[in-house]
Amino acid sequence: MTEFIQLLISGLATGSIYALAAIGFTLLWQASQTINFAQGEFVMLPAFFVLAGMHFLGLGFGPAILLALVASLLILGLTFKRVIIDPLLPHGVLPVVIATIALGILMKESVKQFYSAEAQPFPALFSERTITVLGAVVSVQDIAVLLISLSAVGLLQFFLTGTKTGRCMQATAQNPAVAEILGVNVKRMILYTFLINAALALLASVLISPIYLAKFNNGETLGLIAFIAAIVGGFNQIRGAIAGGLLIGVIDNLAAAYVSAQYRSAIPLILLIIIILIRPQGLLGKAEGRTV
Amino acid sequence: MNRRYFLALTAGAAFAMVAAAPFAATAADPIKIANVIELSGAGATVGTNWRDGLTLAFEEINAAGGLLGQSVEVLNYDTQTDAPTSRAMVQKAIDDGAYVILGPIYSGTVKVNMLVAQQNGVPQLTGAEAPFITGMGNPYIFRTSFGAQQSMPKLAKYLSEKAGTKTVAVAWSNDDFGKGGRDSFVAEMEKHGIQVVADISSEVGQADFAADVVKLKGSGAEAIFVYLHEEESARLLKEIRKQDVKQAIFGETTLMNQKVIDLAGDAVNGVRGHVGLTADAPVPGIEDFVKKFEAKYKYKPDHNAIKAYTGAYAVKFVTNKIGKADRQAFADALHNLTITPAEEPGILMETSWDDKGEINRESFLVEVVDGKQKVIETLPKL
Amino acid sequence: MNARANFLAILAAVAVLAVLPSSLSTYSVYVLCSWMVFSIAAMGLNLTLGFAGQVSLAQAAFMGIGAYTTALMTMAGIPWPLAMIAAAVECFLIGLVLGYPALRVQHHFLAFVTLAFNALVFLVLRNEEWLTGGTYGVVGIPRPSVLGFSTNQQTGFYYVVFGFFLVLSAVLYGILRSPWGRAFQALRENPIRANSLGVDIRRMTLLAFAIGSAYGGIAGGLLGQLVQFIDPNSFTLTISLKVLLMVIVGGAGYFFGPYLGALLVILMPEFLRFTEGYYLMLYALLVIVLMISCPKGLLGIVDRIKLSIKLRQNPSATAWEQGK
Repeated sequence: MTEFIQLLISGLATGSIYALAAIGFTLLWQASQTINFAQGEFVMLPAFFVLAGMHFLGLGFGPAILLALVASLLILGLTFKRVIIDPLLPHGVLPVVIATIALGILMKESVKQFYSAEAQPFPALFSERTITVLGAVVSVQDIAVLLISLSAVGLLQFFLTGTKTGRCMQATAQNPAVAEILGVNVKRMILYTFLINAALALLASVLISPIYLAKFNNGETLGLIAFIAAIVGGFNQIRGAIAGGLLIGVIDNLAAAYVSAQYRSAIPLILLIIIILIRPQGLLGKAEGRTV
Repeated sequence: MNRRYFLALTAGAAFAMVAAAPFAATAADPIKIANVIELSGAGATVGTNWRDGLTLAFEEINAAGGLLGQSVEVLNYDTQTDAPTSRAMVQKAIDDGAYVILGPIYSGTVKVNMLVAQQNGVPQLTGAEAPFITGMGNPYIFRTSFGAQQSMPKLAKYLSEKAGTKTVAVAWSNDDFGKGGRDSFVAEMEKHGIQVVADISSEVGQADFAADVVKLKGSGAEAIFVYLHEEESARLLKEIRKQDVKQAIFGETTLMNQKVIDLAGDAVNGVRGHVGLTADAPVPGIEDFVKKFEAKYKYKPDHNAIKAYTGAYAVKFVTNKIGKADRQAFADALHNLTITPAEEPGILMETSWDDKGEINRESFLVEVVDGKQKVIETLPKL
Repeated sequence: MNARANFLAILAAVAVLAVLPSSLSTYSVYVLCSWMVFSIAAMGLNLTLGFAGQVSLAQAAFMGIGAYTTALMTMAGIPWPLAMIAAAVECFLIGLVLGYPALRVQHHFLAFVTLAFNALVFLVLRNEEWLTGGTYGVVGIPRPSVLGFSTNQQTGFYYVVFGFFLVLSAVLYGILRSPWGRAFQALRENPIRANSLGVDIRRMTLLAFAIGSAYGGIAGGLLGQLVQFIDPNSFTLTISLKVLLMVIVGGAGYFFGPYLGALLVILMPEFLRFTEGYYLMLYALLVIVLMISCPKGLLGIVDRIKLSIKLRQNPSATAWEQGK
């Protein structure tokens, strides 16, 4: 039982970071039918903004994070939308897929070339002190990561349903044409979505890097897992992405411990196929009328 | 008649020029060394280390007058850590007229491209550590570091004789690096009568090691042997400390690497193991090399950088010894050869190659104390 | 278009490819072989993607299945033509089994299912060591011998690959010209109308996916013989994305798109080699720029130029052309 709780809590902490990355997928999909194959690299890069701020500009950890936030919003939000997505969207999903794959390579190679090919230690936001819960050893960091991710998601949900701008964004996501008629500034709403995605990527990056370390090719694994989490949970719902992320985090640990270490990453994949076959909209997703 | 004569003359002149061209080229052209290495894909980190070590060595060699009075041109070929590409790159290197090939490191890619080098009679100094490399009777392949089947016995001996271990759990990386080490280690354990009670693989790039550590902890093994890449080693060690695992932790080369210590901090303290070639070795030559490397590239080299550096100096030593840039003579000369730092300082430590291309050097048993490798024992050459 | 000029151009290209190896280095011949192998894989994906409009991210998995099937069978002493046929049939059947349920749910779900399938195939190839040699792969795959001639030399094997390349191109051309293939194009241009005309969309798409997968299997079989070594890393999702890149960069839905795309993707590192460590960055940048400036791929550019020439010559009769 202790073992099980240990695996569950660790899985939830890791899963909450997958969830942050997965939400990005669903946000961009909802707002602009963009499948971002560089999402993993979006989570990898901000950690290097922070490190560059600390090592090259001599900033403290806090100011470096602020700098990274600005850089993320500008590069991963604004520039990404204006330069790559806007011109490509009218041509359907495929050119976007190819362009974001290439973008992922570009980001990865730039970090390798201009920063380092080596993994970098990253300062921890929270103490690595451990406490014992029901016999399981849990670090303060794990709990903080879980709480921060969940409250970020809660805030986002509140913003989307509780504020005027948020509701306009949702209207845009559901039906851009109608939203436009109703006087919503659709373009601006889509831009907000991209900015939120960039900020979430930064958050995920800062939370995961102390545990996962910062390395140029971290996005490869992370992006795939976030993608699977988004599909399993429901590609068009934020709460689906959270459920998917947490579920994958936990299942991965349980599979490794109780099924097979060699096939641990097969279990989420099999789950993905089963879900698509019996519930294509994902666990918590809504059936989509729109044809792609 | 006139016309036919003219044609024959032209043809003759053209033929003479074509035939003469290669000779003219050898006198003017630099000696070409091919560096076929992982510069992108999964092996990019180790490949980058290797390339930088190699570049440093040949820059020094060129600054000191080159090889046999000719300068050396290093051609870099990216294998993309992909077997078909690596085969193509070795072929290209040979077409480009490479004298010697250095690299690659990933055993799977070496398995295929060493056959191409062999067919063309080009000597190849590889960074691969899987046992089969030197077991295929290829007279052109040479290692730059221990094969796993050489380093594991040293560790096994320590585990059974010094540490008195009876049961062990193995955590390994599920790729050709980890699998090669794991297979050699398990075979050694059988020889020494040590029981392997848990055999746990993990994925490259894995984020969460909670399940692995739960299993290691619950295995009841007296000792844990870890054979993972640097980042995964760091993540696993952090999780091991978090879950307060009491067993002794052992590793081979990578686990006690400075990189792992930088990444995992205190979590590495107390880890013991065998180290083949390391930037932290208490050897004057290696200490100098690390200083030069850090000054030039602003990061700490791993053992792959040292492998490439010493490999380059082996090329220099052997070429000067045979007095010509001849592939067959090179391969013949490097077999059963010992190079000492007195003869060639760039070799860093006394190194011998046997008739199969297998390498032999001193190595170290170390323990990590306060974030530093401490050498417990220097193991003599086999 | 002028059919005769096209035919002559193709004939000339075939003739050039037939005599080319004699004047090239071993490496260049190897590169040409891998171009043709990847063209075959990309042709198959183009059928699925360009003509049936479905994204498959498992072409590398089918190449892997084909490569291991061919390698293990020939190494067990089974004649290579049989092994190749077995690989193609196996991939065709797996394509049917995988595609049937996935296409039931339509949209982008075939992409997701094939993505998961590719990752699963990798795990099986790596973990089932008793069969596949695991992470160490299979070494020493024999090159086929044709009519008693060994093809261990690069040039000999080139003609084997070239033969497959020609035959499979012709087969694909035949498929697209058949009534069935024409129905496809109708389907791509207007699914609703095609459906109302009695075209069974799902069955056609499924068949296209299965045939495309069989092409992947054959390409894999050839790749194994070309490299004479296979390991799971050669058949990861990354390679599937690379094949997808070839199809899209060349121009999805154009018959010659895959050839051009594969040529570009395989040769680009060659041309960018002088940039040393920056070549992958440049490569990625070029792909992004190409996508932005011409999302329909390189042959899309050609079409656009043709169209604008036509417009200039005859500005009145082109609304229909533009719509197309």
